[in-house]
Amino acid sequence: MSDTQFDVNKYIRAQFFPQMWCPGCGHGTVMGALLRAIHDLGLENDDVSVVSGIGCSSRISGYLDFNTAHTMHGRALPTATGIKLANPNLKVIVPFGDGDSTAIGGNHFIHACRRNIDITAIVMNNRIYGMTGGQYSPMSGRGVKASTAPYGVPDESFDLVELAKGAGASFVARTTVYHAKEAQNTIKKAIEHKGFSVVEILSMCPTQFGRKNKAGEAPQMMEWYKDNTVPMGSKKLADNPDLIQRGVFVDDNERLEYCTAYQELVIDKVMKKG
Amino acid sequence: MAKGKSVTHVINRDWCKGCGICVHFCPKQVLELDSDEKAVAARPEDCIGCKLCELRCPDLAIQILIEEGE
Amino acid sequence: MAENIQFIPGSDACIEGALYAGCEFFAGYPITPSSEVAEGLSKELPKRGGKFIQMEDEIASMACVIGASLAGKKSMTATSGPGFSLKQEGIGYACMTETPCVIANVQRGGPSTGNPTHVAQGDTMQARWGAHGDHSIIAMTASNLQDVFKMTVEAFNLAETYRTPVVLMFDEATQHLREKVVIPEPGEIEVIDRIRTDIPVGEQYYPYLTDANGQRPMSDFGAGHRFHVTGLHHNLLGFPDVSPENVNELIHHLVDKIDSKANEIARYKEYYMDDADYVIVCYGTTTRSALQAAEDYRNQLGIKVGVLELQVVWPFADEIVREKCANAKAVIVSEMNMGQIVREVRRVVDQPEKVYFSNRVDNQIIKPADIKAALRMITGKGV
Repeated sequence: MSDTQFDVNKYIRAQFFPQMWCPGCGHGTVMGALLRAIHDLGLENDDVSVVSGIGCSSRISGYLDFNTAHTMHGRALPTATGIKLANPNLKVIVPFGDGDSTAIGGNHFIHACRRNIDITAIVMNNRIYGMTGGQYSPMSGRGVKASTAPYGVPDESFDLVELAKGAGASFVARTTVYHAKEAQNTIKKAIEHKGFSVVEILSMCPTQFGRKNKAGEAPQMMEWYKDNTVPMGSKKLADNPDLIQRGVFVDDNERLEYCTAYQELVIDKVMKKG
Repeated sequence: MAKGKSVTHVINRDWCKGCGICVHFCPKQVLELDSDEKAVAARPEDCIGCKLCELRCPDLAIQILIEEGE
Repeated sequence: MAENIQFIPGSDACIEGALYAGCEFFAGYPITPSSEVAEGLSKELPKRGGKFIQMEDEIASMACVIGASLAGKKSMTATSGPGFSLKQEGIGYACMTETPCVIANVQRGGPSTGNPTHVAQGDTMQARWGAHGDHSIIAMTASNLQDVFKMTVEAFNLAETYRTPVVLMFDEATQHLREKVVIPEPGEIEVIDRIRTDIPVGEQYYPYLTDANGQRPMSDFGAGHRFHVTGLHHNLLGFPDVSPENVNELIHHLVDKIDSKANEIARYKEYYMDDADYVIVCYGTTTRSALQAAEDYRNQLGIKVGVLELQVVWPFADEIVREKCANAKAVIVSEMNMGQIVREVRRVVDQPEKVYFSNRVDNQIIKPADIKAALRMITGKGV
């Protein structure tokens, strides 16, 4: 654990700042929470690998002074799986968007959960494809206006927490960019957890989502997360079941992690046999 | 100002994009956007050092330095 | 020590070659007729401390191989048919990021599901151009299992030397054939290890800077150099840079680093070529029938037929093929597709009109009789 004062410059490639995200984009807040969590854990930059996919959120890898890969759309998790298996000593973190993780990378997502490989997936969920111009994602939800849903999205969204739970992730949490300190602490727990950890962070896209859905500017969008989320199991849910729950929904340390499983159930077994 | 604390707001004007998140959520209305749409600590003496602005700033442009003592 | 002689199928020859070359990581997805490679490596890699993983699809296995290579492991995958199509995204990423890896593509009938259990060479052009955007690539073949072994070793060597994906364009027939293979002693065939930077940790490392030896030495994720990898157009540090000058330089590098070395990368075999009046250009399984046809024409008719077997198909060895075909009265290109390498041969020879084409696309191997039919048409004589 780190006792020193948090200095963002230790963890970023400052030459690329200010970053490219729009004013008020929640992804920057997630980046801050991630870096503070890494600082809190006292991790060395050399020991961290950040692997992202494609989209606004996935540009995060270029800004961070770790072993970083900006991969293909949807393919961050399988690339990260290769990195982790090849070097299990690395703390592998995959921050990526809702489209990247649940649409084009949805299959990889559920299988990473099932395998329980020690990777931390941070889904920066702004419910929209920002970079390509505001098309709807599997996380947008019915009725949301998007550039490909001018009359409102007709289909339902995923509940990412339920998806991750169902697929077998051994750590599943949800928080928001409004709750930045909570996000920092949740990411910290997720990185510490040995196994596949999923942290959904409700983020915001004032440019593409906010404008089309009259959600206001960045501060108003953050307010929405304050007003419409509650801690897991809150009594307020009885009156308003539509409130979104935050918290750590799964934290199971009993499940065997994949790299350990491969070592113990395959390599060690074969070696013993001779 | 918080008792016995000295708080300094280090705001990187090159990184600040003027989104207004820090201003909106400051519990003591310490921060404002100036004429260049950059965050400034207009009333630093009112700051309680809660760091909510630093934690939420998407541009990593705010650092709150707190010195205990006096 | 006694020679290590084995009587094994083509898939095992590929596996033995991969292990000889120091392959430490395999990610794959089951698909006929390449699954035996995955099966064999799932058994052999953990014995050596290596890792095998069966991924959720072909796309994931390609990405996983790239990840393992970035972390410093010699890595490969194997696939066939539609699986090769799905891998193209990752192959393009490996080209762009200059990440060494080996892809065995055991060719079967296509397009689409085609015929999973029968032979074809219909992916030859896909190996070259399958990934979008300008790039170059290395693709190799073999017609017997000793060469399957050797080309697999060489594929790893070329991948490391040129920091590129290398495709092993095998086919169903060589893969399911059983033959004698002599596994060489360690050191008998050169094995090229990852060429790593000697820049001390803490000093600026440029992952894409060409050194005095023409190499771009690599570092591993976790080794302390903390570099960035992206599929975006990037500069020598690996960071996005879309300035016209940079992009121009990058694309030229990606193509030139392989195409300008075509003669060095070229691997080929010549049979009866010294005095050949007629040259059969072929690759993979087809070579076996070409040899039989050439021998029959020589022995029974005294007509001088030679065989030029291309073991490296891409980059196409323009100069070598032109030179070898220069004195031929006619050139027959024989391949199990509707005409892929024949286009290249016609492009490079002095007289394209002397190039004939002999093919089959009925899931059957080209037989000596097929090639003899072409020779009969050209020479007016048959055996």
